[in-house]
Parts: sequence; structure tokens; C-alpha cells
Amino acid sequence: MTADTAAVIRAIDLAKTYRMGDVEVPALKGVSLEVLRGEMVAVMGPSGSGKSTFMNLVGCLDRPSTGTILVAGQDVSRLSRIARAKVRGRTIGFVFQGFQLLPRTSALENVELPLVYQKVSGRERKRRAVAALERVGLGDRLDHTPARLSGGQQQRVAIARALVTGPELLLADEPTGNLDSATSVEVLALFQELNDQGLTVVLVTHEPDIAARAKRIVAFKDGHLVSDERIRQDRSRPEAA
Amino acid sequence: MTIHGAGRTAFRALWRNPLRSSLAMLGIVIAVAAVVATVAIGQGAKAKMAAQMAALGTNLLIVHPGAMNLHGAVTGAGAVQTLVLSDAQAIARELTDDVLAVAPVDRSGGQVVYGHQNWATQLQGTTNAFLTVRDWPIAEGRPFTREEEKSAAKVCLIGNTVKTQLFGGEDPVGSVIRVKSMPCEVIGLLAVKGQGGWGQDQDDVVLMPWTTLMRRIVGTESDAVGMLWISAKSSDLVADAQNEIDALLRQRHHLAAGAPDDFDIRNLAEMQSAMKDQMSTLALLLGTVALISLIVGAIGIANVMLVSVTERTREIGIRMAIGATGGDVLVQFLVEAMALAAVGGAFGCGLGAGATRVIGQVAHWHVVLSPFVMVATLVVAGMAGIVAGFYPALRASRLDPIEALRYE
Repeated sequence: MTADTAAVIRAIDLAKTYRMGDVEVPALKGVSLEVLRGEMVAVMGPSGSGKSTFMNLVGCLDRPSTGTILVAGQDVSRLSRIARAKVRGRTIGFVFQGFQLLPRTSALENVELPLVYQKVSGRERKRRAVAALERVGLGDRLDHTPARLSGGQQQRVAIARALVTGPELLLADEPTGNLDSATSVEVLALFQELNDQGLTVVLVTHEPDIAARAKRIVAFKDGHLVSDERIRQDRSRPEAA
Repeated sequence: MTIHGAGRTAFRALWRNPLRSSLAMLGIVIAVAAVVATVAIGQGAKAKMAAQMAALGTNLLIVHPGAMNLHGAVTGAGAVQTLVLSDAQAIARELTDDVLAVAPVDRSGGQVVYGHQNWATQLQGTTNAFLTVRDWPIAEGRPFTREEEKSAAKVCLIGNTVKTQLFGGEDPVGSVIRVKSMPCEVIGLLAVKGQGGWGQDQDDVVLMPWTTLMRRIVGTESDAVGMLWISAKSSDLVADAQNEIDALLRQRHHLAAGAPDDFDIRNLAEMQSAMKDQMSTLALLLGTVALISLIVGAIGIANVMLVSVTERTREIGIRMAIGATGGDVLVQFLVEAMALAAVGGAFGCGLGAGATRVIGQVAHWHVVLSPFVMVATLVVAGMAGIVAGFYPALRASRLDPIEALRYE
């Protein structure tokens, strides 16, 4: 396997069981999946299907009960809280449904935040945050607080925040869930553009037409992976431009 | 996260909710102000007392006639006149190694008149030795002569207040004033001494030979004296002098071994340490009150920090998702608590200093604002903030990022 085709995510028989009092609730029942560098994967499934649990494990927000998960070649299944926080900071960029920006804080400072936790110096932090905001087309909105930005712009700031650390993997949880359809198309186009530049993108969605923009769709049901299809698509369709 | 960054983040977070932050600080503000003001007032009183004690002389010993066992009834101090003029002369004659001067002192109130002016003042009968004991120079004129002291001459030295009241700007030396009904020549003016240790005006006095006061004003032929003011040659010799005076007086008074003294010797160092003890007790009391208010202030901060952590659960989740460790979050909230306490402390210092000035001016108290105390109080307040913020910060740092992100 060459570096270009190395697995960014490799899940081997991944399982997670939650304990609620005396009852054990299996959320994920043995999932094996590989996502290669440069892929754009849509994760689908109804609520309770285990897709959120899967995403939490991939995002190092949680640890599996059994099985193994490697992110960018590193086994993260047994890492401590602190070690997982470091992996999140360095390797993974998160984009959430509700944008999750810090209120009353400028776009620039929101984007700088992950670098603050990596102890990047002030000047370098600013340089990289400005570059990330320019990359998502918000170079002229550096000082705006979230309240003064539209939903689409807020999600772009969130994407810039995810990109600023130069992650191996972009995880997006319903990134268009709070956006109208026109803005959704814009944000999705941005994801495609980033993917074209080589970034691995995994996004959770329940909208088939959003999923159709990905190169690959995986579907969960009852804690199992039930389908995994690669789609050939014509990226030059006019509405995607 | 760097300390600088943490500080900025903390101040921003606090600034977002100014009302809540200022209410949280209020307790600390009041506590620190209370500490600064009470310490300043306490220090001022102490410094003033020390200065007055020093002015009185640390070499000073005062002998009072003491209680005496008379047919089984113990009389109170000074009830029986056991101290006589010859005791003073004996001490001055025999204890020349340690004793610098011995002055008999008796006091009486009385009206003094000059021309159309009259003034009620304190008449004090003593000898020239008193001027040595009190280290009190004569500004103008001369002291008593030996002859005047022996013969109960009608002469006096007047304090500056008496001079102002009777003579105004006029030169008093050589004039004759009336003391009660006795004409008396003013032979000298005492230098200005100022306020005494208990607030009395030391310059409001007329000094005359002890014999003059006793024979002519009080009208007694008795040699009993009210007290002896004695000064040791140095403060190191005070204890020796005290022992020697004690031995000499016991011998002169024919006291059997084991019998209690019929006199009472006090030195100012003892009085000073007694007053210092009282001051320390007072300081301890005030300090306890201040400490309690500091604790109450810290509880206020803990309360607000707990609310803040709950309110900002989502923010904590975001920070953790993008790479903040539990430690980073802990530090963030600790710094916030500390910033609250420090800013509150700074305001408290200002308020305390202002209050101290106002109190000092309104009540005419001597106050000493010490920068060291202010800095120390600030540090203590900051530490109180850390202690108060620790539990809320720990709770924040232990949040599960998944739960925190989902928190509404």
C-alpha cells in the first residue's frame, strides 16, 4: 500500500456497548471499514443505526468497547483522554451541524482556537487562521462575530476552523442540516473542492442528494454496516459548480 | 494553552457577562477593602502609640505608693501615703549607677489668672529633675534653683498652651500670675511638647517646685508624694534600676522578707507591651472578620463559576472536540476564577485605600497604608479565587465532550 492510498480510517470489528444502569445497550455491533486517503464518504442511516457512535469513535471522542480503530495509521482505540485530545487537535477537523462557533468571538479568533491548544505562537496562529479563512472565501470577514454572519458563512468559519490545523481527515456531522438548500449546495461544493485538493472527507447526512455528491456511500442500520457503494459521478454537473 | 492566552480568554469570558462578573467580584471587593482599611487603621494606631511611647521615653519608671496591709484590711493603691520625698532623695543619692534623675510629682487642678485672662489648668509640683526625666527643655527663661525648691518659692514654669491663653503673643517671663490665690512669678516657658499618649494636651500645665504646690496650694506639711518619675540612664538599665529601686525602697520602708511591696514600680516598656498585646488582640479580631469575608467572597466566586461551567457546557465541548485537553479546560476556568478574584482584589484595594483616607480625615485618625499589605492581600485573594474555582474547573475538565456538544 503506497502512501497515497494509505487508509486514513481503518476500523476492525469495531463495537461499542453503552451501559445504562444495569442494561447494556449495544450501539455498534462489529463494524469493519477502511477509508482511504482522498476519499469523500457519506455516512447514512436512521437515528439509532450506530452512525453517530461510529463517528464518535472515528473522531476519538470515545473509545470502542471491543475492536480496533486506526486513524491516520495510529491505533486510537485504547488511548487516554489526553492522548485522544491531542489526536483530535492534530489529525482531525470537526464540522458540526449547529456550526458550534464561540459566540461574541470574531471569525479569526474562532479559527485560531485549535492552534491555541497546539501552542502555536500568536503571529503564526494569525497567519494560518487568515489563510484558512481565505481558503473558504471569508478573507474579508475576519473581524465579524458569528451573530453578524449568515448561516452559510458561519459554517464556512467552522470549516476554516477544522482546516486550520492541516488535518488528515475532515469529519462533518450533518454539515448542511441547519442550512437552506441553496446554501447547502455552496457548502457542499466547498467540501468537494477541499476533497479535490486531496483532503479525506467523511460526512454524516440523511439526505440522499447530499450523499450523492460523495464518492462513496456507507449505510448503517441497527449497529451494522449494511451497504458500502462507490459511485462514479460527473463532478462537472452545473449545479455543483 | 499559554498563560497569556488563558488570561485573555478568561477576561473575554468575564467581559461577556459584566453584571454577573461584577456581582461575583463584590464579595472579594468588600473583603479586600475591609482588610486594607482595618490594617491601615490598626497600623496607624500602632505607629502613633509607638511614637508617643518613644516620646515619653522608654527609660521611664514610675513609682506609685502601693496597697498596704492595715490591720488585715488591704487598702487600694495610693490609699495610704507610703512614698515620701526622702525616698526620692535617697534614690537619687544612692543609685547613681543606673538612675539618671528622680522627680517627685504631685498634681492638682487650679485656675490661673493674668490680667483679665484666666485659665483652668493642671498644676504640677515637682523638681528640675522632672525636666530631665521628661527630656523637656525650657524654651525661654530658667529652671528652678535649689533654693527655690527648698523654700517653696512662688515661681513657676508654664506650658505653651497656658502662655497662649494668658499672655497671647506677649513675653510671659518675669510676669507675675495668680495661681489660685497665690501670686507666682513666671520664670520660664516650657518648649512645646504636643499631644500626649492618651490625647491630652501636655502643654496645658504649670510647673512649680514640689514644696510650693504642697505647702502653699494644697496646704499640707506632709512629705508624702503622689508618684516618683524616674529615668534610667539607658533603656538597657531599666530592669536593673527597677530591681535596685525595689530593694532600696523595701529597706527604707522596713518591709520584712516575704511582705508585699507597699509601692508599685512600673516601667513604660511593660505598659507598652501591655498595649501592644491589646492591639494584637484587636488586630486578630479584625483579621478574623476580614478572613471570614474573604471566605464569603470566595464562595461567591465558586457559585458563579459553577453556574458558568453549566452554562458553557457546549463551549467546553467545542474546545475539547478541537483539541483542548481536560487540563486546558481546567486551567481556563481556574484562570477565570483567579482573574475574578484579582480584579475584585484590585478594586478592593482601591476602595480600601479610599475608605482609609476618608476615615483618617473624618475621624482624625492616623492611618498607615502599606503597599506590602495591599500586595499580600491581592495574592491571598487570588489564591482564594483559585481555591474557589478549583471544583467548578475540575467539573468542567471532566465533562464528556460528546455529552457536552449535545448539551442544549
